[in-house]
Amino acid sequence: MKNIDLKKIPHISEITAQHGSFTGTPVKPKETFLERMGSKNKVVPSLEEAIRLSGLRDGMTISFHHHFRNGDYVVNMVVEQIAKMGIKNLTLAASSLTDIHAPLIEHIKNGVITHIETSGLRGKLAEEVSRGLMDFPIVFRSHGGRAAAIESGELHIDVAFLGAPSCDPYGNANGYNRDEENATCCGSLGYAKLDALHADKCVIITDHIVRFPNTPYGIPESNVDYVVKVDSIGDPKGIMSGATRFTKNPKELLIAKTAADVIEASGYFYDGFSMQMGSGGASLATARYLREKMIEKNIHARFALGGITGQIVEMHEEGLVDKILDVQSFDLIAANSLKNNRFHQQIDASVYASYLNRGAAVNELDFVVLSALEIDTDFNVNVMTGSDGVIRGAIGGHPDTAAGASLSIVVAPLTRGRIPTIVDKVNTIVTPGSVVDVVVTDQGVAVNPARPEIKELLEAAGLPVTTIEALRDRCTRIVGKPEPIKYKDRIVGVVMYRDNTVIDVIHEIDEE
Amino acid sequence: MQIVTKGVAGTMESSDIIVRIEPAEQKGIELTLTSAVMQQFGKQIEKVIRETLAELGVESAIVNAVDKGALDCTVAARVKAAAYRAAQCEDYTWRTKQ
Amino acid sequence: MKRLRRSMLFVPGNNPGMIRDAHIYGSDSIMFDLEDSVSINEKDAARFLVYNALSSLRYGNKELVVRINDLSSGLGIQDLEAIVRAKPDVIRLPKTECAQDVIDCEREIERIEREAGIPVGTTGMMAAIESGRGVLNAMEIAFASKRLIGIALGAEDYVTDLKTVRSDGTELFFARCMILNAARAAGIDALDTVYSDVNNEEGFIKEARLIRQLGFDGKSVINPRQIPPLHQVFMPSEKDLIKARAVIEAAEEAERRGSGVISLNGKMIDKPIVTRARYLLDLAEAASVTPVEEV
Repeated sequence: MKNIDLKKIPHISEITAQHGSFTGTPVKPKETFLERMGSKNKVVPSLEEAIRLSGLRDGMTISFHHHFRNGDYVVNMVVEQIAKMGIKNLTLAASSLTDIHAPLIEHIKNGVITHIETSGLRGKLAEEVSRGLMDFPIVFRSHGGRAAAIESGELHIDVAFLGAPSCDPYGNANGYNRDEENATCCGSLGYAKLDALHADKCVIITDHIVRFPNTPYGIPESNVDYVVKVDSIGDPKGIMSGATRFTKNPKELLIAKTAADVIEASGYFYDGFSMQMGSGGASLATARYLREKMIEKNIHARFALGGITGQIVEMHEEGLVDKILDVQSFDLIAANSLKNNRFHQQIDASVYASYLNRGAAVNELDFVVLSALEIDTDFNVNVMTGSDGVIRGAIGGHPDTAAGASLSIVVAPLTRGRIPTIVDKVNTIVTPGSVVDVVVTDQGVAVNPARPEIKELLEAAGLPVTTIEALRDRCTRIVGKPEPIKYKDRIVGVVMYRDNTVIDVIHEIDEE
Repeated sequence: MQIVTKGVAGTMESSDIIVRIEPAEQKGIELTLTSAVMQQFGKQIEKVIRETLAELGVESAIVNAVDKGALDCTVAARVKAAAYRAAQCEDYTWRTKQ
Repeated sequence: MKRLRRSMLFVPGNNPGMIRDAHIYGSDSIMFDLEDSVSINEKDAARFLVYNALSSLRYGNKELVVRINDLSSGLGIQDLEAIVRAKPDVIRLPKTECAQDVIDCEREIERIEREAGIPVGTTGMMAAIESGRGVLNAMEIAFASKRLIGIALGAEDYVTDLKTVRSDGTELFFARCMILNAARAAGIDALDTVYSDVNNEEGFIKEARLIRQLGFDGKSVINPRQIPPLHQVFMPSEKDLIKARAVIEAAEEAERRGSGVISLNGKMIDKPIVTRARYLLDLAEAASVTPVEEV
């Protein structure tokens, strides 16, 4: 090494604060890079070891993603291990939870998990929560609200446990596997990306450790502390299906066709528009009808956002959609497209929808098509609690996209069996009526009075426009007046709007 | 109307109700109702079942109904079909729509 | 405005969900079926269901049709006893072979109307022709009753009777022409059969274009998905509409002048042309607006 007199360098104390070398700088290697990967890396021998190394203690917050949907093994596996290690009073902050997470009930009862934050809850766990399982109410946040909470520190993640279908020894992780054909696959890791970035410690749990570099990656190694290999991270059948089935239900198709007509007439269907389609049967089918109109009128979309399905990919591949922004892939076609198509971009939850992100993609939407369990005469939407008051849904990006898009369209059948969809007051407000513009049912379209110009356009196009009150009346006439749900005083869930205010609460149900 | 055997009508499809009617030893209608919308419409469904049976003059029967979100007119239609079958009667009476 | 019968949606009589939603798909008519779509063991249950639906559900201004079982089966009479009292617009008689079939059915309808205190003649009728004999008797069938609003082709039974199967429509050409001409002679509607391959939209549209060109008023559909393309086929062209508007204007002008002679661009216009023009404008109006029906 050359001998340099540092004192002769002007302003040396301001150029570098600490003189001397970093610790741990590796010595010049001689072995091949392949050999090196086997020894000096972030892979730890067991989940137990990873938890120990992460420094997880009583009272901390752990986080998970829901890209494995109902095929997820990671949440149950990690919480089981934590329970064995005797750590208690944890906050479990997942981007969402579903039926497969019923084993959490035991860990809530034995005090391992005392707080939950999630976008949604389904199945046994949801039913138990509605019956008063937890002492602390569950905090429900939208995807954009959660992103903002994480970024602002409102939700501080101590350790993130993130499942990934592939990861290299240094932590570059992906939602698919480029090295092996039939490996587990979930596509985008959008929600996990943000957790990895902000968590104090990040553990990647994978069933496939692949060679460095696992590029292009979803989660970069710089955000990862430990990597654990397990036999299985999830059930591929539960993670995603081959292709999102195109609905043949005539009622859903009718609603979808009307929704596409609404879009066409609304003024937001122009060359270079942007869109998002929700995951319900009718909203997915809307894309199909829209596609026909795009071909007919020779216009294309600048980008499609969101949960991405094979239908959007198909439109991208035939040149109708320029770019795809994918926070969550809904089927294998979408996942494979993310892997193979250059303009199919993986985005994190903040870029998708954060309330605090100026460039959030939801704010660039022309329109979004969303579904609903209930809509009330103030256009408030419930996607959270069933008609019996029990939790059985997820907020997802509903309020984020409705608020961000210039035109938010909510599609729903007027009734489901004997359950009315249009009601006086929704059980749970998830998306406020102030950001819901048009409601499309199988028996008429209602436009929010705040958007008279849209109403005019739809009427001029000959669409079946009526009022939300008329739809409510029709509902009541068909199914009758349901008896009100009985609740107890106790609050079991708090619904946060994307700006971190409490928009509604969910009460314990009264089954007496 | 006398219930003499077991009569079943309806299906387990959505928006339908399956109604089973059997002879009862004691006088009165012994009704078991399960419904997908029990809390919201249970009382109303029970009312329709009992009223329809009364209209047919059925005074004693064991009735088991599994509802999948049927409207009142469907509930009544299934109860009637099951009752006529259980009474082995084809002497239908039809009122003129007003 | 003459009632349009572009589309008649078949609804299986024992399916409460479909019966409930039958009016939402925009068909001109709804046909509740007690015949082929209902198994022999469920005939009574379907009858109760359709009777109750007609009595208590609201279907807006849709034309309501009930297809009964044929009278020779014994079930047809039971169907009539119930259904006539529920006052649908039209009873559809299946397997009509000759004028007598219509007359027999009408006699029963009239008897029931009297017993039920319904003004005689309230219930309309429609005859479906489904055999070689029926096709050859199309003319006498079409003239058999004042109640008839139309005659229809039932192709599935018909091709079996002819010892053939359905293909490109060649096998139905004679029957369609017979039925159409019989209907026109009697001044009633001619209605075409169903197209059963629901997933073949292209084939459906081809058939719809064919029957529209032949002159049929409409077609039965077995799936709601077939309604929009069918109505599209019946949508007149912009060129025809411009001409039709001019014809109607000329007719109104003639009426204002109190003149019986209608002339347009120096040419005399016959009455049938005015009727045709009015029909085209009705079709266009029906296709351009989806009204929210008060039901």
